[in-house]
Amino acid sequence: MLSVQNVSKTFGGFRALQGVSFEVREGEFVGLIGPNGSGKTTLFNCISGALGPSGGSIRFRGEEIAGLTPDAICHRGIARTFQIPRPFRKLSILENVALAAHFGHMTREPDAVARSRAKDVLRLVGLPADGEARPGLLGAAGLKKLELARALATGPKLLLADETLGGLDLEEIRQAADTLRRIRDEMGITIIWVEHIMATLMRVVDRVVVLDHGEKIAEGAPRAMAEDPKVIEAYLGEKIALG
Amino acid sequence: MEPILIAEAAINGILLGGVLALLALGLNLIFGVVDIIWIAYVELVMLGMYAVYWLVTAYAWPLPLAALAAVALVTVLGLLVHLLIIAPILSSPPVNQLLATGGLLFFLQSFATFLWATDHRSLRLALPILEVFGMFLSFARLLAFAVSLLAMLGLYLFLTRTYMGTAIRAVSQDREAMALMGADARKVYLVTSGIGGAMAGLAGALLIIQYSVHPHFGAAFGPLTFMICVLGGLGNMFGAVVASLLMSEVISVGGIITSTEMAYVVAFVIFIVAIFVRPEGILGKRE
Repeated sequence: MLSVQNVSKTFGGFRALQGVSFEVREGEFVGLIGPNGSGKTTLFNCISGALGPSGGSIRFRGEEIAGLTPDAICHRGIARTFQIPRPFRKLSILENVALAAHFGHMTREPDAVARSRAKDVLRLVGLPADGEARPGLLGAAGLKKLELARALATGPKLLLADETLGGLDLEEIRQAADTLRRIRDEMGITIIWVEHIMATLMRVVDRVVVLDHGEKIAEGAPRAMAEDPKVIEAYLGEKIALG
Repeated sequence: MEPILIAEAAINGILLGGVLALLALGLNLIFGVVDIIWIAYVELVMLGMYAVYWLVTAYAWPLPLAALAAVALVTVLGLLVHLLIIAPILSSPPVNQLLATGGLLFFLQSFATFLWATDHRSLRLALPILEVFGMFLSFARLLAFAVSLLAMLGLYLFLTRTYMGTAIRAVSQDREAMALMGADARKVYLVTSGIGGAMAGLAGALLIIQYSVHPHFGAAFGPLTFMICVLGGLGNMFGAVVASLLMSEVISVGGIITSTEMAYVVAFVIFIVAIFVRPEGILGKRE
């Protein structure tokens, strides 16, 4: 479904990504891990179009998408969430999601369709779907849910989820991981998940891609990755708990 | 000073405030969304005034039709300003953007002088003066105020009730996130610039029934409009309306108590003091 080939990204003299290649199959749930600054978010930015890659190719469902604008990539079926939630704070929660439902599709959705889709998505992630409540009322967990709801409302085939669990407590983490798994299992949406809470990630994903200093250093089943010496070294010897 | 004169000036201030608010909203909308200050904004208003003036005097068009034509013309000018001048410099440093739109100001001023000389031209409409409770109010001003209110209401409904309007508000908060949700930022900018142009054209049509037009018309209303936008908090729509009314009251009531020139001095002093005390605007939030 997604084929990343030899992608690199430089900022001035700094190489944020160097020759990264990997494939994601339709319906897969892939974890993308690596220490801070290893290039995970930059890779997401390149795939979603926020940044143009400096080199390499990104093919989505057979079509080259590297260098397309973010809205064009969104219309082809890729959505992302941000590490730090970025809701439109002056709009209501429903408006936030309805905007994504309206503009996220190749053909503009009529109001009624966009609104009912927005409400469905809000219910799915567990947020109140009615009224004029503003994002300011939500706590950290609620904002993460809103971020996810906006991404889902665009009707993605591939979801790039960036550190969805940061700042959540254990119960919230369990719920959020379950939600992602349900999105994959029930809606058939392919997911690439960047997450620092390794135990949770390792438990739900099918496969893990590991980045370090902008390069892919390993790729494989979660259990194998947790024992891979290169991965352990990248994390400075930290033990990766499998929970 | 008779109280009735002050009351009359206060009402005239509110009436003037309506048109100023229209201008400030147009400028603020563009700034909030595209993040560029159109220094030449009031020069577009001036062109709208000339459009109505020539259509009515030289071609004998009825005033309402000429006003509509001016709105259409300045809307197109707004789109052209965006496409030809703003779009190529969107990612340039702010000082270059100021220089570019400032250059447009001098171009339009000079071009208007070249075409129409520096004569002050007015429609000389025979619009009635109404007497209300002993106060004399100009029908032209009442009309301009009422039309401004309708236009502001229309803008409000557009921004809150339509997806494009909501997207415009969303882009003014986070353009990158909006693009990732599938909205084409270029289209949002273009629509915003068109609306900004339409507001300028309408303001031109409403001003030409009260004031005469000349190539340096922007010299009076330009600084006032920027001052109102900054005072209300750049990009803050509600603040722009409040600041418009405040400034127009100072100018109108101050003008009757002292002189118009003195009233402008007072208005700018209030502005300077207010900006020292609240740099984010009277209704702005501290970041």
